[in-house]
Amino acid sequence: MEFLQPSSLWEALEAKAAHPEAVPISGGTDLMVEINFDRGRPKTVLDLSRVPELGEWAPENGHVRVGAGVTYNRIVAELGADLPGLAMASRTVGSPQIRNRGTVGGNLGTSSPAGDGLPPLYASDAEVELSSTDGTRRVPVSEFVTGPKRNVLRPDELISAFRMSRATGPQQYAKVGTRNAMVIAVCSFGLALHPEWGSIGACIGSAGPTPIRATEAERFIEGVLAEGGLWETREPLNDAVLGRFGEIVATAARPIDDVRGTAAYRTYAVGVLARRSLGWAWDEYRRGGP
Amino acid sequence: MRLSCIVNGEEREAENVWEGESLLYVLRERLGLPGSKNACLQGECGSCSVYMDGVLVTSCLVLAGQAEGREILTVEGLAGEDGLHPVQEAFLEAGGVQCGFCTPGFVVATHDLLQRNPRPSDAEIREALAGNLCRCTGYAKILDAVRLASRKMGSA
Ligand SMILES: Cc1cc2nc3c(=O)[nH]c(=O)nc-3n(C[C@H](O)[C@H](O)[C@H](O)COP(=O)(O)OP(=O)(O)OC[C@H]3O[C@@H](n4cnc5c(N)ncnc54)[C@H](O)[C@@H]3O)c2cc1C
Ligand code: FES
Ligand code: FES
Repeated sequence: MEFLQPSSLWEALEAKAAHPEAVPISGGTDLMVEINFDRGRPKTVLDLSRVPELGEWAPENGHVRVGAGVTYNRIVAELGADLPGLAMASRTVGSPQIRNRGTVGGNLGTSSPAGDGLPPLYASDAEVELSSTDGTRRVPVSEFVTGPKRNVLRPDELISAFRMSRATGPQQYAKVGTRNAMVIAVCSFGLALHPEWGSIGACIGSAGPTPIRATEAERFIEGVLAEGGLWETREPLNDAVLGRFGEIVATAARPIDDVRGTAAYRTYAVGVLARRSLGWAWDEYRRGGP
Repeated sequence: MRLSCIVNGEEREAENVWEGESLLYVLRERLGLPGSKNACLQGECGSCSVYMDGVLVTSCLVLAGQAEGREILTVEGLAGEDGLHPVQEAFLEAGGVQCGFCTPGFVVATHDLLQRNPRPSDAEIREALAGNLCRCTGYAKILDAVRLASRKMGSA
């Protein structure tokens, strides 16, 4: 096995160009399991843990650009106000040891439909920044992930960052699992209220081949809010509306039966998560939250 | 490849390290530090927990080369000249140790928790130790040990 250890982003991109077969490693919390169990022994490993640019984040006119190597722990500690949905999701990942190492870049690289970092990115229309020695392209996250563990990353590219709008309204992330920590989601749901655009982002996790935007439910609730002038009056949403939102979200799920849960359970539970998440987020908005 | 890092305050070098091996393997098999345990190799059990540059990690998920030049602190490095660390004493006194296999990981993770949060609530203790598994104690005495360690360190 060859081990490459670049110390700048440019060096990393050059290394990837010269060794397109190289498998990047960031926190190693997915890749090391593969290596330890000999499920695929990469010929070349490209260590990104010493590339300082990947560990940086910065505001960028109304957006936040977060380097692919920023750990969950740092997202919780440093980005809770700007990216509250992603911070909530990050808090549910694994254990302290995993959050200290695992990164959203690695979550994107793995492209699992159960990745907890993904629904918040979908709900805020995040873009994934892909870089190579030829330049940088930005791809909407929903186009980046193409299937279970599949994405559009080219062999000469690295994920350098993701970029998403700073929260201007409440956000939620909810996850069903058998315990409060250290679980892969049975199903999950990310929600972002965007009051300045009068829009809602809603995304289902772990109930389909990729995370799935619940666009029909988004249009439904946007319509209710606009017609009732509720963004301005901040009046409560009645239970029928919350329930209907949950039902429409559930129709977007495309789950399978597996060891973690049945398709029927996932569909039902996603609807419950959606209904509750909207209730919590709307209550926060009514209290004059962000 | 050759790997050098600082382990428990000492400069250490390991020769003939295979590029695909974990920091845990290096510690146990090449540097003679078997305190960190190998129980799952997939980040689930926490028995291999160590500090790397002051950050709590599962050493089975750190690729050896990622530790190059880093400062590693293992359970072997916690005790001082004058005996066991208060966290270690607390695990013994509270009966938080049965077979002992999980203990090094729990001790290091508890050390990390109490450094960040000297008086954790029970919920915070459970959350902080969620990545450490024990098959023997049923956890009650481990929670007792953490509370005792917190008191010991508070009065020290
Ligand atoms: C015990 C345990 C619990 C876990 N719990 C959860 C959980 O609750 N929720 C969850 O979502 N995940 C969980 N995971 C999975 C894992 O922690 C996450 O997917 C994490 O985000 C991976 O990040 P990493 O930096 O460790 O990735 P790595 O393992 O370093 O890499 C993962 C993949 O992405 C690629 N990659 C990494 N960085 C880049 C880059 N910059 N450019 C291109 N490709 C890249 C790698 O080649 C590899 O294919 C858990 C894992 C373990 C071991
Ligand atoms: S051996 Fe590392 S977490 Fe279990
Ligand atoms: S004491 Fe035996 S596993 Fe914890």
